[in-house]
Amino acid sequence: MAAGKKVTGAVMVVGGGIAGMQAALDLANSGYYVYMVEKGPAIGGVMSQLDKTFPTNDCAM
Amino acid sequence: MADIAGDEGDFTVKVVTHPRYVDTSKCIACGACTPKCPAKVSNDYNEGLDKRKAIYVRYAQAVPLKYGIDPAKCIKLTKGKCGNCEKQCPTGAVNYEDTETTRDIQVGSVIISAGFKPFDPSAYVQYSYSKYKNVVTALEMERILAASGPWMGHLVRPSDEKEPKKIAWLQCVGSRDVNTCDHPYCSSVCCMYAIKEAAIAKEHSHSGLDAAIFFMDMRTFGKDFEKYYEKAKTSGVRFIRSRIHTITEQPDKSLMIEYATEDGQAKTEVFDMVVLSHGLEVAKSSIELANKLGIELKSTQFVKTTSFAPVSSNRPGVYVCGALAGPKDIPLSVVEASAAACAAAGKLSSARGTLAQTKEVPQAVDVRGEVPKVGVFVCSCGINIASMVDVKAVVDYAKTLPFVEFVENNLFSCSQDTQDKMAQTIKEKGLNRVVVAACTPRTHEPLFQETLQAAGLNKYLFDMANIRNQDSWVHAAEPEKATEKAKDLVRMAVAKVALLQPLNEVKLSVNPAAMVIGGGVAGMNAALELAGQGFTTHLVERDAQLGGNARLLRITAQGEEVQPYLDGLAKKVMDNPLITTHLATSLKDVEGFVGNFKTTLAGPAGETVVEHGGAIIAIGGQEYQPSEYMYGQDPRVMTHLQIDAAMMNGELDAKKVNSAVFIQCVGSREPERPYCSKVCCTHSVESALHLKEHNPDCQVVIIYRDMRTFAERELLYKEARAKGVLFVRYDVNQKPVVKKDGDKLTVTVRDHILGRDLLIDADLVGLASAIVSHKNTELAQMFKVPLDEDGWFLEAHQKLRPVDFATDGVFMAGLAHYPKPLEEAVAQALAAVSRAVTVLSSAEMSLSGTVAFIDQRKCVGCGVCWTVCPYQAITQDDKGLAVVNEALCKGCGTCVASCRSGAPNLRGFTTQDVMAQIEAML
Repeated sequence: MAAGKKVTGAVMVVGGGIAGMQAALDLANSGYYVYMVEKGPAIGGVMSQLDKTFPTNDCAM
Repeated sequence: MADIAGDEGDFTVKVVTHPRYVDTSKCIACGACTPKCPAKVSNDYNEGLDKRKAIYVRYAQAVPLKYGIDPAKCIKLTKGKCGNCEKQCPTGAVNYEDTETTRDIQVGSVIISAGFKPFDPSAYVQYSYSKYKNVVTALEMERILAASGPWMGHLVRPSDEKEPKKIAWLQCVGSRDVNTCDHPYCSSVCCMYAIKEAAIAKEHSHSGLDAAIFFMDMRTFGKDFEKYYEKAKTSGVRFIRSRIHTITEQPDKSLMIEYATEDGQAKTEVFDMVVLSHGLEVAKSSIELANKLGIELKSTQFVKTTSFAPVSSNRPGVYVCGALAGPKDIPLSVVEASAAACAAAGKLSSARGTLAQTKEVPQAVDVRGEVPKVGVFVCSCGINIASMVDVKAVVDYAKTLPFVEFVENNLFSCSQDTQDKMAQTIKEKGLNRVVVAACTPRTHEPLFQETLQAAGLNKYLFDMANIRNQDSWVHAAEPEKATEKAKDLVRMAVAKVALLQPLNEVKLSVNPAAMVIGGGVAGMNAALELAGQGFTTHLVERDAQLGGNARLLRITAQGEEVQPYLDGLAKKVMDNPLITTHLATSLKDVEGFVGNFKTTLAGPAGETVVEHGGAIIAIGGQEYQPSEYMYGQDPRVMTHLQIDAAMMNGELDAKKVNSAVFIQCVGSREPERPYCSKVCCTHSVESALHLKEHNPDCQVVIIYRDMRTFAERELLYKEARAKGVLFVRYDVNQKPVVKKDGDKLTVTVRDHILGRDLLIDADLVGLASAIVSHKNTELAQMFKVPLDEDGWFLEAHQKLRPVDFATDGVFMAGLAHYPKPLEEAVAQALAAVSRAVTVLSSAEMSLSGTVAFIDQRKCVGCGVCWTVCPYQAITQDDKGLAVVNEALCKGCGTCVASCRSGAPNLRGFTTQDVMAQIEAML
């Protein structure tokens, strides 16, 4: 980034599935303000619909 | 997201919020609205297998746990009648007049993680998905198997809700197929989820389910995937290599599958249910979004990225991660997510902390010496607890317990307004201990602890009684007994909490310097990103030059040349003033812990000590040196890396090769290395294409077990077939044989279709040699991190923490974790940086107060505790007695249980606390 140019310390994450959530958490924990945009009524994405996950057969929720 | 303007570092994004018709600040998710809603609609969360109401929450654990109205289905919104939910709502949250709002948001970077859309298999006429009820998609199967699904996890088939005895999974539905769906790619995840579903369905079945998976190639290429596949085979899941041409419904709604086996036989078999393993595709809405943002897509419609910048789109400042940038599984999506976070933050580091706020916590009141004044908050959890447990009786009972000062029932203790009220009550009543009788501490303890802190109480003066998961949910049939149990649990919690003392959290300063071990592609990328974000970085490389295994690689799967990239990368590393490169150097010793490591390096100039706050292990892997197929006995038998190197330095002239044979799985998927090396199938196809390009008449044969050209690598496989490369499958029990006949080199292999031996003369035999780990136990021990049985570094959680270790402050990237292609190594490097920066960017970090301490008067120095401690947090002091390093202790309590003299104790869970709980129970 060229010196003197305006830099905004915020990031927008579009999509609140497992990837979006992880990206948002990492950024927030590193000192950036995060706006998460999700088109559905809740975050979680397709992973929230999975029953269990490999290899431990942990509950996906 | 409606529009975007501006450039990298300073975007203005127009965001449209669609009306929800429920005010989320008022909704307490009590659920009163739903029973009275007359509109029953298909439940998309359960893939349409059951119904929900027009006012709904997507699922019980939804975040935010707030209701919303489906405007297309609500009778009030569509016809102007009804209004029941508004009448039922106790907080006046329903608002039919809610409207769309638009706002502009200023951000420096944008990450697009729009995910994928599961393929709709209706297009396949032969599978009759929309016609036959018992043909379901894999996602529907997930819902059928889920406890929160339409049949509460009971394995039944949709037509008659009877338990199926035989289920078939059909692979590659909507993948590896251009005719029906124009998806030439492999969806990467279906083989694994089909095996998982089959294994879980077998567990759920009462009658010993017969599960069969019909497939073309089993693509179990990830970490521990192959073992899972082998386990499924042993547990009786049948794997049938075949092509299916017709499914016909029988009078009893079961389904007859007609298929052709590999050797051309036509067969039929009847199943009670058929699951279509449908693939991943990009949603239309995502394509429109990409077009709006000016983001380039590939022919497959996934976002175009390069192997060297795997999370960057073509538009500067806009990053992508997850399945939107190619079909991939959860761990890789999580890796890319952290990588995108790293890349997005990389350009904004000058503005770090300018907009993010940290929570101000008031100074805690010192309650030591005060008589315990316990507040008990009993939660109804809507109807989750209250419908089974007599909450009022529990409240009355709690009032009679010793030291209890205040008791209250809340509909939802976790709602924001209740939290505020709770903090108020703590202050007003002067409470100095708090018990919440509600759900599980695993999810809610941090929330309530925050409320204590807001009220000026030390957060450890708190306990939860789990009267939901361990009571109302499991004793639904016995409400009276459930109420008694709730009282018992509350009594135990009160007895314990009265004894609790405030705990201090150790504050550690963090040294904002990093160490990266390994100077390959992963290590160099990690070092550059760290330096780019302003952190001093030490890059340690064992060899005298940077580059690692990639020095021997010709091209990536996307066809990019590796060497120019590698040279550029190495130059950038050497030129970066924040990176100190230690070549021909190895680690001798590591002291300390997260935030404060002290590492001794041994290099050409002797030993140096480097202090750093975090470390990334990127030591790579190595190529297996084969002992089979005449390797080492004839120079024409070469491994992949040798072929690549020879092609690059001109020793191997592709124009002069007239017959080449590649043998797959050399050293991989064998009893001593029961894993797939992930990259070799693609590597052989790349080399085959290179030979064909320079000499189209060259006969190239690839001898394989399963072609594992996963994701968009499938397009290379397709191209190779189109260009005349021959693929011959071999059985592991009948391996090909390489022989020297005079000057001639021959390969004999049993053809899977003809059932006869083929004899091939070869000028070149390429061995797809396995990738093996360095099994670096010394390094693992120095950083107190584990290796798995194959010698790969073992992550904290395979799905959700793929680059973290259980040990704080240490991360991993690249082949050290598992074999992987270059772009995944780069993504992992960025992800490890992102994770490391969450530590390095904080000036100090506080550690949990729940740590062990040793009563040295009781300690005899026997050494049991420091032997059993899984975090190596206990050491011997100069008197020979045990001492705990609080920075390393995770509060697991293993030392407490192991000590014969009762010297160790765990703060917050002392023997006294636990005994008080037990006595209260008895």
